[in-house]
Amino acid sequence: MDYFLSEEQVMIKELARQIAVEKVVPVRQELDEKEEFPWDIMRVLASSDLFGLFIPEEFGGFGKGSFELAIAVEELSAACLGVSTTYAANALGTYPILLFGTPEQKKRYLPDIAAGRKLVAFGLTEANAGSDAGGIQTTARPEGDHYVLNGTKQWITNGGEAEIYTVIALTDKAKGARGASAFIVEKGAAGFSFGKKEKKMGIRASATRELVFEDCRIPRENILGREGMGFIVAMKTLDSSRVGVGAQGVGVAQGAFDEAVKFARSRVQFGHPIIGFQAIQHMLADMATDIEAARALVYQTARFIDSGAKDVTKASAMAKLFATDMAMRVTTNALQVMGGSGYMREYPVEKMMRDAKILQIYEGTNQIQRNVIAQNLIKEAAKAK
Amino acid sequence: MRIVVCIKQVPDTAEVKINRETGTLVREGVPSIINPYDMHAIEAALALRESLSGKVTAITMGPPQAEAALREAISMGVDDGLLVTGREFAGADTLATSRALSGAIKAAGADLIICGKQAIDGDTAQVGPEVAEFLDIPHVSYVRKIVEAGPGSIKVERLMDEGVDVVQAELPALITVVRELNTPRLPSLKGKMNAKKAEIKKLSASEIGLTPEVVGFNGSPTQVKKIFTPEPRCGRRVLEGGIEGQVEALIKELMEKKCL
Repeated sequence: MDYFLSEEQVMIKELARQIAVEKVVPVRQELDEKEEFPWDIMRVLASSDLFGLFIPEEFGGFGKGSFELAIAVEELSAACLGVSTTYAANALGTYPILLFGTPEQKKRYLPDIAAGRKLVAFGLTEANAGSDAGGIQTTARPEGDHYVLNGTKQWITNGGEAEIYTVIALTDKAKGARGASAFIVEKGAAGFSFGKKEKKMGIRASATRELVFEDCRIPRENILGREGMGFIVAMKTLDSSRVGVGAQGVGVAQGAFDEAVKFARSRVQFGHPIIGFQAIQHMLADMATDIEAARALVYQTARFIDSGAKDVTKASAMAKLFATDMAMRVTTNALQVMGGSGYMREYPVEKMMRDAKILQIYEGTNQIQRNVIAQNLIKEAAKAK
Repeated sequence: MRIVVCIKQVPDTAEVKINRETGTLVREGVPSIINPYDMHAIEAALALRESLSGKVTAITMGPPQAEAALREAISMGVDDGLLVTGREFAGADTLATSRALSGAIKAAGADLIICGKQAIDGDTAQVGPEVAEFLDIPHVSYVRKIVEAGPGSIKVERLMDEGVDVVQAELPALITVVRELNTPRLPSLKGKMNAKKAEIKKLSASEIGLTPEVVGFNGSPTQVKKIFTPEPRCGRRVLEGGIEGQVEALIKELMEKKCL
């Protein structure tokens, strides 16, 4: 369907697709099997300017928004979710600076991020703080001109590879979530180290590590926003980034669907290519419809966010929920269309199905998305009275 | 350093089909690309500009749609593009092409000219060296490595059948490059935006000081008499039986045919 992209948006889409086809597809299987971080591809994305898409022009970016980022993420996801997770997590880590950074902080960090010279990671999750983000235990104690961080962040995408970390920690334990604050921590800070690299079911090109803070002293000016705003920083960041996870869902589903169609056209059983059988046709028709519906929702949500809308929480939760449940369904059915071949690692669809699973889990499980949507429904209903 | 890259727009031969009747390529619906060897020439020019500063101009001769190839070169980082175009250039062989390109290069001015070793459609590998002859400058073909460049000279490794020559040439000079030289970069978003806006300068024969008689079909001594597809040779036979039996049968057969 035609989504009336501008000339520049078409360029972004074509460029991201070219990178996906020429640089990602040939190596995705190897990256997956070796669980290797895609540095070469990150360098290509950097020299192609794609790290600067959503960063204002005054900091060396292109001044575009969630929509352009979603288009790029979608195209990369069609080739490899491990690669697109690395790229999208960079945006996730950047949003706190973009949304809450002081002019000095933006000037200091955004140009390197826009040029792809430095990768970023976002650190919120902990062993006891997953869906319940209020359960975080990492602390940041003010001490003279510094904050002293202690605690461990878990499952942090780009951990160890990124140079810049935006981290949520408690400045006032007694206040719980309201006592959280957001900080910028640079790799190499004394007392900041990394735990082991996790072994995952999918998105194995992406790096997932613990961030360990042991009396890690960071300058006081590294706080994002004010003390106590950490939870708001985290929620606003996720409001902006979730639609990108939706775009990942659309991309990986499209990638799997294209493989399934190609296979169904060439696979002959009972004397006919299997695409001639209604059982397959109906599956493909459902998949195509599913993908298009999700794409429409993701694109519209991204445009809604870029319009400067004040409250995008419900919309972005819906886009994430729908597009990623869809991705799990479509990748599963794409594999089913391909039968035994689909299950083999010779074809890319088993990887796509393994990869897709994470989309229902990270940046808020889809059960949490439903909670978020429901809370907003209740709020709206109460207001309407 | 002032660098000119000569590029050619060619059909993507991975997609091309041949009309068995006429023996010619079926061009309809076949995407056009920059000749893959020329992509390495562009990359070499951009890399030199990054280390030495200067300007890179891409030149091509072709129909108006060849402008797309120049824009693609600009999207990779080339500064500007020159299109040598006009009815008078149609039907050119390598001599007429080289004459036209050298005229354009004279107009643009260059310290170094870089060409792909050959085009994947014609496969002659003649245009680069012929351009150098028209310009009366040294050339080195099949360059696989640029050892030193400028000022005043260039030192390169030339890929030979057996080994490598290290050659130094005075500038201005022309080199043709092989795939081993580098990996062409992808376009950047800034480059694509520049390419969209860029004004492509068009040059006719008279604008490069040539008369219609010496370019295109009129200026081409090569005349194509006939194009045909060689008949596929038949007589293929599959040997059967155990591996030892097959080997024996094969040796016997080869000896009978006097191949052994």
